[in-house]
Amino acid sequence: MSPARRFLRTPEAVAGAILLAALIAMALVALLFPGDPQAIAGPALLPPFQDWSLPLGTDRLGRDVLAELFHGARASLAVGLAAAAAALAIGSVVGTLAGFAGGLVDEVLMRITDAFQTVPSFLLALAFVSVVGPSLGVVVIAIALGTWPGPARIARAEVLSIRERDYVASARAIGMHPLEIAFREVLPNALPPVLAMSSVIVAAAILTEAALSFLGLGDPNRVTWGGMIAEGRAVLRTAPFLSIVPGIALVLTVLGVYLAGEGIVETTAVRRGLS
Amino acid sequence: MSLLAVSNLTRRYRRGGKTVVAVDDVSFHIEPGETLALAGPSGSGKSTIARLVLRLIEPDAGAIEFEGDDFLALRGATLRARRARLQMVFQDPLAAFNPRATVARVLDDPLRIHDIASRTERPRRIAALLERVGLAADLAPRAIHEISGGQRQRVAIARAIATSPSLIVLDEAVSALDVSVRRQILDLLLDLQRQERIAYLFISHDLGVVRAVAHRVILLDAGRIAESGDARAVIDAPQSTIGKALVAAAPRLKRTTQDAS
Repeated sequence: MSPARRFLRTPEAVAGAILLAALIAMALVALLFPGDPQAIAGPALLPPFQDWSLPLGTDRLGRDVLAELFHGARASLAVGLAAAAAALAIGSVVGTLAGFAGGLVDEVLMRITDAFQTVPSFLLALAFVSVVGPSLGVVVIAIALGTWPGPARIARAEVLSIRERDYVASARAIGMHPLEIAFREVLPNALPPVLAMSSVIVAAAILTEAALSFLGLGDPNRVTWGGMIAEGRAVLRTAPFLSIVPGIALVLTVLGVYLAGEGIVETTAVRRGLS
Repeated sequence: MSLLAVSNLTRRYRRGGKTVVAVDDVSFHIEPGETLALAGPSGSGKSTIARLVLRLIEPDAGAIEFEGDDFLALRGATLRARRARLQMVFQDPLAAFNPRATVARVLDDPLRIHDIASRTERPRRIAALLERVGLAADLAPRAIHEISGGQRQRVAIARAIATSPSLIVLDEAVSALDVSVRRQILDLLLDLQRQERIAYLFISHDLGVVRAVAHRVILLDAGRIAESGDARAVIDAPQSTIGKALVAAAPRLKRTTQDAS
């Protein structure tokens, strides 16, 4: 059975994929929403399902909640994917260099990794954004800074076992440069267990971004779900939907990313086990 | 002048606080176009010597002279360049290749690294190498895991001869192959030796194969040389205890000596 078929036969994976597809669709549709989601679209604090031109109602300033939700999907997805990609890239490069070089290089790189891992990653992100200033790029870097040690450790452990294999010895024997051996022979083969972490990292990155926005450290020029929840907090008793709607979106997104990621890891793992 | 002269080579391992001497004061030499076999039981230091000679690991003491130069003194780019003259074929032909590689990439690497052929010329060189080891040139785009064990070992030999080496270390290179394929690979190696005058350091625990292909043999026991000399003479009438034990342990060989008597 092909991995795609196996993926489709796993109900959790399919559910995750549907949620993820919905999120991506939302992010893409957000491009079609005319104008600015931060523009005032109607009366303030209109509850959902009252006016069908504003199906999810409006917030304190009369902004369209549905438009905000769709634009927020874009920010969540972009930050989640970019931060996870950056963390995986930094982590696997650092882990590969440490594991392959050994000795002093390994010691230095792993002590730096320890230093980053002992600082709570959310506090690190918080401190970084407070100092550098909130913008989408800074948020991505801030989240990646706290996340890369995990992939780095896994990559290093994998590299330590791979570097003893015969094909690495034969690459040395034909005179290949050590850096080429590290990045062309060793790194690609060390990646599968690192990539298996990616769903967890993307989910965590989306949540961290939401938490930063909730604390008012998100990009002020963009609508984010965390920011929407923070906005709704002030009127939590009179208009709870303002916090609940983006909250549900956040839960479903994280769930979708996690389930789809697990599904991919599971199906590819089975394929490797069979061959 | 010998092609390779190894003197007083020693390598220790530290395992759990204890020091194990894997290779203990071993000296030998190999002449151009000659096959020297290293034989001995598991753990006798055969593979450690192979890796020392290739500078995949460093010795604790001793000297290695290769093509008249102090091989242990070479560093960095000079060492990498000299590696072209000294190649290796491993026991497990699957483990010896990157699992993601194709046949073409495996053979492309040495040609590229040692600047033997230009990018445009390389596909033709790869096809020639494949033909040289008895494989079809259209095998080039195939993945390593798609081809058979015998074909893989031929690709490993093609990779080893790509840089025109003067010495190839064969670490149990035919041990993992089935009997009929083993014969073909041995014939290919002997044929290459005759035509290109390549010397072999032939590492094996199979005295039958050693007797058939090696000029001289060194029997190792616990990292030391127990006995050495002309391959046939040593194997037909071993003097050392380990030599007698190894010959007695080779069932095929015993039968042939009984048949002869």
